[in-house]
Amino acid sequence: MLATIGPDTWWIIILAWAITVVAIVGYAAIVIRRGKRLSAQVPPDARRWM
Amino acid sequence: MKISPLEVLRDASIVAGKDLRIEARSKVAINQVLPFVLAVVLLFGFALDAETSLLRRVTSGLFWVTVLFATVIIVQRTFAIERSDGVLDALRLSGLHPAGIFLGKVLSLVAQLIVIEVTLALAVVVFYDVSLSGGALLATTTIAATVGIAAAGALYGPLAAGARHRDTLLPLLLLPVLAPVLLASARAFEVALGRGVGGGWQWAAMLGIFAVVYLTLGVAVWGPLLEDS
Amino acid sequence: MTDMATTPGATATHASGAMPAPSTSSKGTRILGAISLIGTALVLLFAFVISKPDAQLGESIRIMYVHVPTVTAAYLLMIINAGFCAVTLWKRSRFADTMAFATGQVGTLMLALTLITGALWGRVTWNAFWVWDARLTTAALLFLMYLGYLAVRSLGGPPEARMVRSSIVGIAAACLIPVVHKSVEWWDSLHQGQTVLGKLKPEVSGQQYTTLMLAMVVALCISAWLVLHRFRLSWLEDQLDDVGLDAALEARRSEAAGVAINVGGAK
Repeated sequence: MLATIGPDTWWIIILAWAITVVAIVGYAAIVIRRGKRLSAQVPPDARRWM
Repeated sequence: MKISPLEVLRDASIVAGKDLRIEARSKVAINQVLPFVLAVVLLFGFALDAETSLLRRVTSGLFWVTVLFATVIIVQRTFAIERSDGVLDALRLSGLHPAGIFLGKVLSLVAQLIVIEVTLALAVVVFYDVSLSGGALLATTTIAATVGIAAAGALYGPLAAGARHRDTLLPLLLLPVLAPVLLASARAFEVALGRGVGGGWQWAAMLGIFAVVYLTLGVAVWGPLLEDS
Repeated sequence: MTDMATTPGATATHASGAMPAPSTSSKGTRILGAISLIGTALVLLFAFVISKPDAQLGESIRIMYVHVPTVTAAYLLMIINAGFCAVTLWKRSRFADTMAFATGQVGTLMLALTLITGALWGRVTWNAFWVWDARLTTAALLFLMYLGYLAVRSLGGPPEARMVRSSIVGIAAACLIPVVHKSVEWWDSLHQGQTVLGKLKPEVSGQQYTTLMLAMVVALCISAWLVLHRFRLSWLEDQLDDVGLDAALEARRSEAAGVAINVGGAK
């Protein structure tokens, strides 16, 4: 039994997707940016596991 | 190196004996944790507006939540005493089996927790006007739950004891892990006290499973844990 | 003593103007990233435009297309984390420890998203953010356990101790998943008699199934991409710690040598 159908439902759906996208993109951005910064500081031969 | 269960048990009793003797002399659990537990009982009374019928209904849950809070304190204490005076190094070099040390810690925690639980039960009978019933289920639940709680405490305690920022980690590590124990023991108590329906012994059986899982984990990982942290 | 090769940044810009700035990217991750982006666009198209509302759940089924993939990704990452934790404890391998951390952190992120999207879906379906549904409750406890794992690992200390401690927490959490799940599931079933609510598990078929599968594949691609980058970042952080330690030791040694010379000279 749906509690509410209608315009009320849509903002929750959008919210769920928006939070997910923002969180993943944000996390990715932070990781990439720090990765670039640290890559510059570490000598080239030590940068990767292999 | 073949490990004989008898040696492990002997090591366990040595460690448990040491811990309980320390407790008997310092009386930290008695002087500090018991009053804390009583304070929590009173606090819940205040929080729930001293509605006796409500308090009676939620007694099972409150009882075990209080036990968990007391556990965090006791576990921190148990491993704090190892931190001082290079006791940890002494333990490592002593030749005691890590599994034995772990089980010894579990035994000492069980002993201290039982004392706290009995006191808590008395407090609950007095302050929340609870009449005890279903003694066999209560006792079995308590023992099974306490072993599981103690084993989890002895597993996570060393991880969270010691260096600067580690002490505050213990609640975060221990409480989520013990949530199922809280769930099962509270439900079993409800059934024993006549408030829940059916399944009390199944919850107790589940507590037994938790205890076995935690004990197994502890025995398995205490070797590396002792060596490397 | 200046050497062109001592500053990697200088080398990069000096040696060849076309060399890109160093980063954690590689050809593999760029391909994976491109697939993920295209896949995400496709999923959004399917989820919002192409697929139709469900007969029972209406429009809210569209949340399922983001909730179930995050759950799947989270659990998969936790299992992989458990595997790497076991290898770490057994072999004391830094690679395994770093992989465990990367999968652990990304998995925790996915778990958080699972909880949020699950709560929002519950709000739509049952008008309540939380109904102590077995899966959500287990996910919540798991989330806390893995926060503990991340906290223990971030405490640092000597790498050996750190990897032993955190891998123990990771292994314990993984071992407890079935135990927690069974107990919460049974608890949930005891409550079933009291409500007539359905579970968050609609029957899917046809187009919904396609959309869901697509979304799950994309979620896995995104997770893999995130794990790769997080792994490399963590590796760099550890390298810097090592390099920093070596540099500090060198500095102390040269200080001591300098003092000895001065003392010898002044005598």
